[in-house]
Amino acid sequence: MTVPTELKYTDSHEWARLEPDGSVTVGITHHAQDRLGDLVYVENPAPGKSFRKGQECGVVESVKAASDIYAPLSGEITAVNDELSASPEKINQDAYAAWMFKLKPSDPGELDALLDAAGYERLIASEE
Amino acid sequence: MSTLLRRTPLHDEHIRLGARLTDFGGWEMPLHYGSQIEEHHRVRRAAGMFDVSHMLAIDLRGPPVRAFLRRLLANDVARLVLPGKALYSCLLREDGGILDDLIVYFLTEDWFRLVVNAGTAEKDLAWILAQRDRLAPQLQVQPRRDLAMIAVQGPEARASVWRARPQTQGETENLAVFQGAHAGPLFVARTGYTGEDGFEIALPAGDAAALWRDLLTAGVAPCGLGARDTLRLEAGMNLYGQDMDESVTPLEVGLAWTVVLKDAREFIGRPGLESRMPRFQLAGLVLRDKGVLRAHQKLRSPHGAGEITSGTFSPTLGCSIALARVPLACQPGERVEVEIRDRWLPAEIVRYPFVRMGRSLLPG
Repeated sequence: MTVPTELKYTDSHEWARLEPDGSVTVGITHHAQDRLGDLVYVENPAPGKSFRKGQECGVVESVKAASDIYAPLSGEITAVNDELSASPEKINQDAYAAWMFKLKPSDPGELDALLDAAGYERLIASEE
Repeated sequence: MSTLLRRTPLHDEHIRLGARLTDFGGWEMPLHYGSQIEEHHRVRRAAGMFDVSHMLAIDLRGPPVRAFLRRLLANDVARLVLPGKALYSCLLREDGGILDDLIVYFLTEDWFRLVVNAGTAEKDLAWILAQRDRLAPQLQVQPRRDLAMIAVQGPEARASVWRARPQTQGETENLAVFQGAHAGPLFVARTGYTGEDGFEIALPAGDAAALWRDLLTAGVAPCGLGARDTLRLEAGMNLYGQDMDESVTPLEVGLAWTVVLKDAREFIGRPGLESRMPRFQLAGLVLRDKGVLRAHQKLRSPHGAGEITSGTFSPTLGCSIALARVPLACQPGERVEVEIRDRWLPAEIVRYPFVRMGRSLLPG
């Protein structure tokens, strides 16, 4: 699967999308779900909570392993995708549609420091 | 992936089916072919197959074989009366620690077969040869790396094998559970590691790919070690190297039923076993909160601390289950707590198996 060019990426395999209203939507990449295998549990951050960039803010667990989710940007959580608590497999089905949470960035400039699609593809290739 | 990993005769089939491969006991084996959970459900609801050729068959031949195995194994092969009958047993060190768990088949009065785990095969073979030299020097010990093994499991497994190999049906349709028979070049046994009905088939390595493909055509789903692990855990079966190893005895890991102490039989490890008090017991756990139980998580109970040895998300039950070492005083129905990422979450001690023949055995 190709890496969507309209998104930004972290080296811990989250994707981030800047929305027209200035908020940022976050999920995990197709590559991440592929390495984890069938997901069985998603723990999202509580709305209203604030995190610094790189801070642990959630967990996804597959049949194989648990993996921490890190905030790609500093900011306050404004919404979480509740559908995932009952149907974590939606991430396996389409990792870029099954978003995990939205945050309001406290420093939108941090977005520029994230990887673009080409950079993320190089990261995946180096980890293979 | 390392080129030092060993490959089974079915390796090309796994590649062709797009398997995700993993290192298991030094072997490059399929973890899954797309979705581990889907494979799990196929075994519970229809039929799936596993390449288990990494396990080692060891043939023991010669007149003293039965007497030798009564010394070697903690279970008693005197229980094997009908040719083809199989028995599950531990192989013990002198001090009662578990070297491996295995299946022993009684084929003829001078031919028995052991099937041992992949990761322990070389150690087991060295141990068996040393005991042979000491106790029965004339016995032949023959490791059978020329054989491949395919486990076909699930409610439709046997019928699927008969569709793929109709000529085996006559020899195998009356097999009781834990019994095997030769059917041409195949040895077919009604055994498995999933809690479902099915067959485990040993056959010449060169014939394995053809059988695998014919089973695919007969509708059997290829399944990897991931599904094998969730299936065996639901079925309450121990995994060597995880739920037990040389540091524990069968009496500490729920396998007292496999140790025959009723007469004066002198098997290796008996004096060691009888001089050691069990320190803990193996218990089933169900998590009563969200999350996934995993090996090595800590547990606290009203009777003291414990530790999970195998844990997973159970696809059949839709919750997390585990096997754990807990204090001897713990009882089914008791509440305990398990530490998951710095939080103590509620879990309940339950009898296991958790699932058998597709059905939940959980209370309530």
